Amino acid sequence: MYKVAYFPGCSLSSTAKEYGMSTELVCKDLGIELVEIPDWICCGATSAHITSELMAIALPARNLLQAEKQNLPICSPCSACFSRLKLADIDLKRNAQLRADVAEVMGEEYKGTIEVLHLWQVIQKYGDLRTEKVKKELKGLRVASYYGCLLTRPPEVCPNERIEDPQFLDNLVSSLGASPVKWSYKTECCGAAFSLTKTDIVYRLSGEILKGAREADADCIMVACPLCHSNLDARQEEMGLDFSIPVLYFTQLIGLAFSFGYSEMGLRKHFVQAKGLLNSKGLL
Amino acid sequence: MARIGVFICHCGSNIAGVVNANKVVEAAKELPGVRVCMDYKYMCSDPGQNLIINTIKEQGLDRVVVGSCSPRMHENTFRASVERAGLNPYMLEIANIREHVSWVHSDNKDAATDKAIKLVELAVAKVRRNEPLQKMYADIEKKALVIGGGIAGIQAALDIAANGYKVMLVEKEPSIGGRMSQLDKTFPTMDCSACILTPKMVAVAQNKNITLQTYAEVTEVNGYVGNFEVNIKKRARLVNMAKCIGCGVCTEKCPSKKTLSEFNANIATRKAIYTPFPQAVPNIPVIDKDSCLYFATGKCKVCEKVCPAEAIDYTQEDEIITERFGAIVVATGYDLYDHSCYGEYGYGEIPDVITGLQLERMINSGGPTGGHVKRPSDGKEPETVVFIQCVGSRDDAKGKPYCSRVCCMYTAKQALLLKEHYPNSQSFVFYMDIRAAGKGYEEFVQRVQTEYGVVYLRGRVSRIYEKKDHLLVKGVDTLSGKQIEIKADMVVLATGLEPKKEAQNLAQLLHIGYDQNGFYTELHPKLAPVETQIAGVYLAGCCQSPKDIPDTVAQASATATKVGALLSQESLEIEPMISEVNPLLCSGCKMCYSACPYSAIEMEDKEIRRGEVKNVAKVLTSVCKGCGVCVAGCYCKAIDLKGWTDRQLMEEIGVFNYE
Ligand SMILES: Cc1cc2nc3c(=O)[nH]c(=O)nc-3n(C[C@H](O)[C@H](O)[C@H](O)COP(=O)(O)OP(=O)(O)OC[C@H]3O[C@@H](n4cnc5c(N)ncnc54)[C@H](O)[C@@H]3O)c2cc1C
Ligand code: SF4
Ligand code: SF4
Repeated sequence: MYKVAYFPGCSLSSTAKEYGMSTELVCKDLGIELVEIPDWICCGATSAHITSELMAIALPARNLLQAEKQNLPICSPCSACFSRLKLADIDLKRNAQLRADVAEVMGEEYKGTIEVLHLWQVIQKYGDLRTEKVKKELKGLRVASYYGCLLTRPPEVCPNERIEDPQFLDNLVSSLGASPVKWSYKTECCGAAFSLTKTDIVYRLSGEILKGAREADADCIMVACPLCHSNLDARQEEMGLDFSIPVLYFTQLIGLAFSFGYSEMGLRKHFVQAKGLLNSKGLL
Repeated sequence: MARIGVFICHCGSNIAGVVNANKVVEAAKELPGVRVCMDYKYMCSDPGQNLIINTIKEQGLDRVVVGSCSPRMHENTFRASVERAGLNPYMLEIANIREHVSWVHSDNKDAATDKAIKLVELAVAKVRRNEPLQKMYADIEKKALVIGGGIAGIQAALDIAANGYKVMLVEKEPSIGGRMSQLDKTFPTMDCSACILTPKMVAVAQNKNITLQTYAEVTEVNGYVGNFEVNIKKRARLVNMAKCIGCGVCTEKCPSKKTLSEFNANIATRKAIYTPFPQAVPNIPVIDKDSCLYFATGKCKVCEKVCPAEAIDYTQEDEIITERFGAIVVATGYDLYDHSCYGEYGYGEIPDVITGLQLERMINSGGPTGGHVKRPSDGKEPETVVFIQCVGSRDDAKGKPYCSRVCCMYTAKQALLLKEHYPNSQSFVFYMDIRAAGKGYEEFVQRVQTEYGVVYLRGRVSRIYEKKDHLLVKGVDTLSGKQIEIKADMVVLATGLEPKKEAQNLAQLLHIGYDQNGFYTELHPKLAPVETQIAGVYLAGCCQSPKDIPDTVAQASATATKVGALLSQESLEIEPMISEVNPLLCSGCKMCYSACPYSAIEMEDKEIRRGEVKNVAKVLTSVCKGCGVCVAGCYCKAIDLKGWTDRQLMEEIGVFNYE
């Protein structure tokens, strides 16, 4: 049993409930224990880092501190949270002044002794996706892996990767028996937090990603971030596209291969239902 | 007692405007050994030199100090004057009171004068210990080696041969011609590359003074200017050059046809037995062992069966030949930057993103597509083409800070050619700056825009997207501040020039330097642009820095002139200010041998006393540059530098002691 300090972030029990459900199911099956960080707080997201540099580091630092006390690697399923945690970790290790400033605010110093990981890294590191776990190969399913902007940028958060054309999620798709598609929109921006304030930008950016996946003949898009998911999934109808394409969390695809049910993984909660697709491929 | 004359020059007001020459003269008169001291407005002028000559004669002087500009400027002038007065030219010292004093201390004239006096004092102290030195001479092997048979090497070889000297041209590939043979038309005059190159290649082959070694490489270099000894490895061609009649039947029939053609920049394949291109010189094929079926499986031998001249010889082996040369020209040219690290351009994996060189091969009527531009993915003729400049140039993040100099121009040329071939096509060029500084170049780039309608966009491309049947190019036009999206059929990357992969190995064989980018370093960027710090080794073409054909040819001819000037000498005059070993003191520890940056030290067995033989260091007189590193390295004080002996330097240091 591997233990990680789990930082679900604000969306996993709200808009991305189904991400949380599938994460818990899959991790349990893989022997990964998610120890929720006691008293975790908001990572600060975009609001903090456009307001105050100190706050943008101090908020995630508090969560890092908590995990450090537990002496566990910290794990976040959300790309935005991951990015904040990882950058805080890097900045605090590299900048002594900042470390002192944050220690003053927090009343204790972060020593930087723990690993900061995204959920995909935890699963890749500790999970065992070998074939005996995969009860049902996702044969014939063409998946467009969408990484978004924050999983590989800035490059320090993801060393040794081709940042414009990363492969790790595609490799995961292959190990589930599905086929990753080659496409150019893996790391494009979905519009992120403009979802509510400048929705037209999201229509354009997310729209291009959806069309890109369609053009690459993908059956579905696989994501690793709640914000990306809501932009790509929830807005398809408003965009007035002449097609629709299901958007699934990578944990849901793993869950499918592990034979979990449609509802247990919250697949019903998506705007664009994947049921028809999965049925047609014989995957349900 | 020495009889020293001191001559202080005013250099107009250059020196005298700051330094009080009178005071210097008065002070110098008091120095031990000084018989006479005078000053003059321009010591280097005719009257000035006569003043020195006459004074030497009248006063019976045996050594001279001139307080003037730097030795670099006028040491030779004053040595000649001293010699004309009947003294050994090396009985002269210069006190540099211009560059080292008046030019840098004009704000404090008193201190400047004191410093000038001190420098003259040092020079007087040193000259007291000067010994007459004899000029030295070495023999010259009147033959040149040219490494690399691109246009640079070809031009250099032809020019050296035209001067009447023998040349050996060594080329690594099966044919000479270099990159120029891969090009279609050439900017700015648009002459066909092959039309102007082929006659030169043929001239090389026919020239009695030139020996051609293709498919060959330099593996070892020993010796020094005038007397290099070079080992050249001739790779086994597996075709007997004497028998082959160049009919090409072997190539036609060879069943192994999957190897990518280097000459065609990998857009086509070639056979295992091949000549790189039809006009190859020599027009004799080679068998590439790595792709030959016979060498892989033991079966085939088709070429042997079909060859009418019985020229195929599978048993041939590499051969090493040793030759002597007086001079070496390095002309190894360039490679193109590998763009596969550019993620925004698709990591080199998008088929319709090609390089400029690949476009040259496509658009060339002798190329694999017969002059038709066909995009690799589906063979369609492209209508909209985007050119991206500075790929692997001026990009610090990729470790390529320098400008490749030819890409602006070759991109403009290619855009023009595309429009000529396909009047309905439209080209866009993303650029950072247009660098078109050559003769007629700016006009050319303007014409490409105004007459050929090529659209220039100042900015970078952020990403190339692969769509179903086209590429979407997104970038920015920084002049209008607009984001640009272009639906393109093909993208052409102007990849930059970089030194050959093996350039550094060759530099080490030759002991020449290379800069942080790997280009060979010239002796002086302005005043010695084709020489290297190794006497007798010269540079030509892109191995020294990126350049176009006009500059390459000009440089190659300049190099040939230098080679001619070297080889035309009866023997080689060498500076006598070099190191000398005292074999009695030498312990044979080899410190100097490993310290010498010019490989000027050899170890030899020498009989120092009757019957007593010892392994001691020996200075190769024509190689030693007199840098003195060996002197500093020698524990036994067995090496001294003539003209800068320990005694001379101690005498100078003594000037400071008695204060
Ligand atoms: C796409 C493109 C288009 C261009 N278009 C133009 C144009 O229109 N007009 C223009 O003026 N310039 C143009 N240029 C520039 C032109 O190619 C160069 O100026 C020219 O080729 C330089 O000649 P070079 O002899 O120095 O080098 P190269 O042509 O590279 O020749 C070097 C030769 O040395 C050989 N060699 C290398 N290493 C060794 C070794 N160790 N031992 C033996 N042999 C060796 C190589 O095999 C090669 O034959 C263009 C360049 C590119 C990339
Ligand atoms: S077939 Fe023989 S003669 Fe003809 S090109 Fe080949 S090797 Fe030379
Ligand atoms: S023996 Fe080798 S080179 Fe000759 S025809 Fe066969 S494959 Fe070609």
